[in-house]
Amino acid sequence: MSEMRQLVGLLKQIDDQLVACMRCGMCQAVCPIYAETGLEGHVARGKIALLECLADEVIRDPAGVKERLDACLLCGSCQANCPSGVKALDIFLKARAFLTGYYGLPPVKRAIFRGLLQNPKLFDTVLGVASKFQGLFTKPVNDMLGSSCARVFSDLIGGRHFAPLADKPLHDVATQRDTPRGHSGLKIAFFYGCVVDKMFPRIGEAVLKVCDHHGVGVFMPHAQACCGIPALSSGDRETFEKLVALNMKVFAEADFDVLVTPCATCTSTIKKIWPLMAEDLPATTRFQVKELSAKVKDISAFLIQDVGVTPADVAVSGEPVTVTYHDPCHLKKSLGISAEPRALIGCNPRYKLQEMDGADSCCGSGGSFTLQHYDLSKRIGKRKRDNIVATGATVAATSCPACMLQIGDMLSQAGDTLAIRHPVEIYAETLAGR
Amino acid sequence: MSNHLSQKFEEIVGTGNVLASEVDRHNYAYDAAVLPPQLPALAVRPETPEALGRVVKTCNELGLPLTVRGSGTNLSGGTIPSEGGVVVLTGALNKIIEINEADMYAVVQTGVVTAKFAAEVAKRGLFYPPDPGSQAVSTMGGNVAENAGGLRGLKYGVTKDYVMGMSFYDVDGELVKTGSRTVKCVTGMNLHGLMVGSEGTLGVFNEIILKLVPPPKASKAMMAIFDDLGKASETVAAIIAAKIVPATLEYMDDFTIKTVEDFAHAGLPTDAKALLLIEVDGHPAQVEDEAAEVEAICKRIGATRIQVAKDAVERNKVWEARRAALSALARVRPTTVLEDATVPRSKIPAMVGALEKIAEKYKLTIGTFGHAGDGNLHPTILTDKRDHAEFARVEAAIDEIFDVALSLGGTLSGEHGIGMAKSKYMVKEVGQGSIMYAKRLKAAMDPKNILNPGKITGA
Repeated sequence: MSEMRQLVGLLKQIDDQLVACMRCGMCQAVCPIYAETGLEGHVARGKIALLECLADEVIRDPAGVKERLDACLLCGSCQANCPSGVKALDIFLKARAFLTGYYGLPPVKRAIFRGLLQNPKLFDTVLGVASKFQGLFTKPVNDMLGSSCARVFSDLIGGRHFAPLADKPLHDVATQRDTPRGHSGLKIAFFYGCVVDKMFPRIGEAVLKVCDHHGVGVFMPHAQACCGIPALSSGDRETFEKLVALNMKVFAEADFDVLVTPCATCTSTIKKIWPLMAEDLPATTRFQVKELSAKVKDISAFLIQDVGVTPADVAVSGEPVTVTYHDPCHLKKSLGISAEPRALIGCNPRYKLQEMDGADSCCGSGGSFTLQHYDLSKRIGKRKRDNIVATGATVAATSCPACMLQIGDMLSQAGDTLAIRHPVEIYAETLAGR
Repeated sequence: MSNHLSQKFEEIVGTGNVLASEVDRHNYAYDAAVLPPQLPALAVRPETPEALGRVVKTCNELGLPLTVRGSGTNLSGGTIPSEGGVVVLTGALNKIIEINEADMYAVVQTGVVTAKFAAEVAKRGLFYPPDPGSQAVSTMGGNVAENAGGLRGLKYGVTKDYVMGMSFYDVDGELVKTGSRTVKCVTGMNLHGLMVGSEGTLGVFNEIILKLVPPPKASKAMMAIFDDLGKASETVAAIIAAKIVPATLEYMDDFTIKTVEDFAHAGLPTDAKALLLIEVDGHPAQVEDEAAEVEAICKRIGATRIQVAKDAVERNKVWEARRAALSALARVRPTTVLEDATVPRSKIPAMVGALEKIAEKYKLTIGTFGHAGDGNLHPTILTDKRDHAEFARVEAAIDEIFDVALSLGGTLSGEHGIGMAKSKYMVKEVGQGSIMYAKRLKAAMDPKNILNPGKITGA
């Protein structure tokens, strides 16, 4: 009971944010989960109403509220379209942390977040071993990894189709580096993110190739840690804060102009969530976090805005390859970036961009959402797949490796043979070298 | 008790379609009105018309109050259920049954979303004009039950002007058919006329037949800015006097202009006293003529600035300011009370003047925007419902707003409905006789008073 009081006390802290919801219900127009289920408890208005009920102690069933809160992709569509500017994502992340505090983290998540994510080296080693023996994994190990954080391990879960862990992660194929500014006069810190490192090292290699070509210096430390969103979205604020601290140690003092990531989710987390969650930290740390957070940029935005890349002068033979682009929620809805990835694709004259219907509608991934609600995730993903296929494209491009996993899963299950690429890979094809 | 009830409804709609947990009940206890929630016993989601009819019949047999809910966007509490009642969700009854291009009508189930319907109609080269502010989520059943309006009311009318007929369930679960797919129909009583705006108190809608019209071939939008409210109002009167009926004629007061500019940076002059957004549509030649004439009228009466949209991009820019109005206002304070008292359009200056006095008297922030062409204003009170002293002043201010609107020959509600929020004011506008008549009508059709009790007449 005293814990219940504590929970109520915590919820009262976000009362000012909750009360901003005027119950107009416009979020029903854009919520991908609501589009599938039509349930009030699955849309932002309904979730906020339940949190208010919990804070006012008229609901005595935090488990029921938690279940509704967890049925959310954290895609931010509701927030981007909210007439009264309700900060729905802030609310949901904080509320998940409160409720996880109340119920405790499930043991499997505890093992992953506290044991693995907080120790990047161990995490790398475990997955390094996993990649070599993945065909031989015994069930308990599968179960453990399967119920884990983001999409990193999703290929290990039955029913899904997806590319296995890379034979060699990025941190094995590309050495740690700290190269000086070249003719561009720019230097980036390269935050590659877990999914690129472990599953799509080819994206990381493309980033390095493009930077080398344009004379952009690169600081790429291997001691970097996960951005923290898998832990935070499961309500594990403790692990999240440790991960931010680990990254601060690596990046805060380093010399660079822009913190670049090829992952929409990492970009959005560092830009939006880090400063939000830093509000309660000591002033100096808070200041440092905000300073680093202000420097983060998506790779396409960096290349178009800062480097000023233009369409490459390469020979075009035959018909151009038709490509369609999916807007990751964490890039378009969270950060308003949708033109730059398209512009970057446009820099490869061998490709022709064909827009799909609903390019900015969520693919249904949503980090650990897909693990808890695979059926729902699949239904949302199926719509995305249908829209992609309807364009007749042979390549589907997107700026978030988590979306790439989800879209790949959906296309593969339908027997489609499209390739999935990151815009930076498409651009890198125009440059000489490997 | 509640387990037994759930079972009873599960037999009709299937297990997944009865929502009776504590969180579900709290999720269907409110709508978009600033009113206290009321907890239903359960919510049911019928997937077929037959199941819908059986749900109604069962509620009547058990004497359970029944409230139909589309997307729950009602601003007068029309979809707030009775304590212990049943909420009937129309979300699964969302088929567009027919769009007939030759005969220009459509048949829809009640759960069809307005904007989706309008888009399907547009794809076939036709036009469904009513465009309530919530159209992206509102349902056709809700639009008919509330007689929803929108920005195009002046020229194109409101929902009631498009309802050709319907079928609905009475309390015994019998299907009642009224109207037809033909333009002319005098077969039987005009029951669908009675159903429009009945707020779920007389029957439960099944299918609705809607009139469609050809879309205008061209349109032209402009924004006119005034340093004096009287001039803006005079401009509205002059446009109508020139026998021009714009498709939209929207108004924004000085407070709303400032707030929109702070929020959207649309380039509006913050010292302006009033803004009109005018769009004419129709045949291209007529549109050109009328736009030129409207521009001349604005100039003659003394608009300080006129911005005529030259293309779709500019038109979108002109509209941005209006679209941002509610969003901008809603961010100022936690609670937004959106009213819709309506007056004859010639009384707009008097109404706006009165609203300014009321804001001052009760120390409240009120931004006003709305449909100047049809006199339907939206005085929007920005407050915090947690501040009980202030909220008491809000309630007093609302009382006074209605008194003023009625004294000017206006009405309590232009388009949001009476629901629970305004039933106590009804007698002031229509008198006791009208209320008694409505009550007897309802008692005859719904003897156990199960259909959305407490709405409109308060009974």
